[in-house]
Amino acid sequence: MRVINLSTTSDASFIEQVKKESGQDPAECYQCGNCTAGCPYTEFFDYPVSMIMRLIQAGQKDTVLNSKAIWLCATCETCTTRCPCEVDVAHVMDTLRNIAYREGRYTEKDIKTFYEAFLTSLKNNGRIYELGILMGYKAKTLHLLADADLGPNVLVKRLIHFQPNKIEGRDEVQRIFKRFAEKRDNEKRDNQKRDHHG
Amino acid sequence: MADKDYAYYPGCSLEGTGSAYDASIRLVMQALGVEVKEPHDWSCCGSTPAHAVDHLLAGALAARNLVLVQKMGLKGVSAPCPSCFSALKTAHYRMAKSKAFKDEVNELLDVPYEGTVDVRSTLQFIYENIGVEEVARPVKLALPNMKVAPYYGCILNRPPEIAQFDDPENPVSMDNLISAVGVEVVDYAFKMECCGAAFGVPRKDMVNKLTHKVLSMAIEAGANCIAVACPLCQQNLDLRQAQVNAAMGSSFNIPVLYFSQIMGLTYGFTPKELGIDKGVVDPGNLIETGPIVPKEVEKPKKTKAAAKEAS
Repeated sequence: MRVINLSTTSDASFIEQVKKESGQDPAECYQCGNCTAGCPYTEFFDYPVSMIMRLIQAGQKDTVLNSKAIWLCATCETCTTRCPCEVDVAHVMDTLRNIAYREGRYTEKDIKTFYEAFLTSLKNNGRIYELGILMGYKAKTLHLLADADLGPNVLVKRLIHFQPNKIEGRDEVQRIFKRFAEKRDNEKRDNQKRDHHG
Repeated sequence: MADKDYAYYPGCSLEGTGSAYDASIRLVMQALGVEVKEPHDWSCCGSTPAHAVDHLLAGALAARNLVLVQKMGLKGVSAPCPSCFSALKTAHYRMAKSKAFKDEVNELLDVPYEGTVDVRSTLQFIYENIGVEEVARPVKLALPNMKVAPYYGCILNRPPEIAQFDDPENPVSMDNLISAVGVEVVDYAFKMECCGAAFGVPRKDMVNKLTHKVLSMAIEAGANCIAVACPLCQQNLDLRQAQVNAAMGSSFNIPVLYFSQIMGLTYGFTPKELGIDKGVVDPGNLIETGPIVPKEVEKPKKTKAAAKEAS
């Protein structure tokens, strides 16, 4: 069992950040374990979802943001549906991923790489291009044979295109990405300034 | 019929691996006399990767499409893919709930979203806006060999506060649609246990285990066919069925059809027109049609909430 010294490692600002960004109050969780009991991913998690909730309450920023669990969650919404305190647990997990991503913490690198390959395809074409995503993923992870066994069926049944479907409004989509990146960059700069002066 | 005047947002999967879903929905709509209106130049909804990375980006990528529906002057939009449905509806919900979030999202868009579009899954649209009685009307043929386990996946009706559709634990809409076209359905416990979602590429081990459970439960319940309403579920259950067998030592060989393909067969469309040949597991004689045999009409199943209300 891991022992955590709460008096030296609790980060109150992290609790506030999760609360603010998710719009949920982690303090409402009374540890009944219903979310963990229903979670299809518990067997793959390093920390079951109810424990993630408890770790947030205890301000354990590093343990939470470096966990595999936040990346392995598929947002299936079972936890949210069954929480007797009506905490949107899946949204809390998603918020943790958002924060971890922003801080450059990815304990499941392949999953993060897959998401990025998807978003790159979206940004370039306006729509996603399945073969492009797979190729982008393979190039980054060097898992060159990923799903090669599916190739024959995919080809014979013509389940994928060999050309991306580019939309007319892809400039508009790219502007969304650009404005978004600028906004996050500005926030980062402001935070750094505040930390520096504070 | 204003209620049926909704836009149709196919989403990227339905141009690729899920093209049979798109083809079968269009034919079903044609048989039901509902015009399919696709927003011009729609873009990707952002799906899981967008919301996993940043909620604001996810909101904006989805909301661009809601703006297109707004421009069409329509009351709402239906999306066949649960991931698209969830992305569009979540954006709408969070923008309606928080003015600050709405403003932030609109700052990223060329044209702001006013918050007027009703988002539904195409399953919900067919079930509620068209209804089981009308769905039964075009039926010409029976599928006497088929015993279907409807598989809903995770997010067609969850989280309930956002999805606002069917029962979040024991949904019945797909069961009732399939029964309405005269095809036998079986009940089972894993109707909405996760199949592994988008982890097929980066964490195949999880998909193998989870999909294995879903397939086992459906077969144990006596089904010889699974109906789905999601291109990703279809991919995991069908295209990856051989991977599941190899990893888990099973020998499943159960076909996985879209609910719209099953409806289309009873309406007299051919398997080829409905894209059934795009499935990997061969449905064999399950898709053989026969004449309709009149039988006692089963009452549509009710959700727990509806049953409570009635009593």
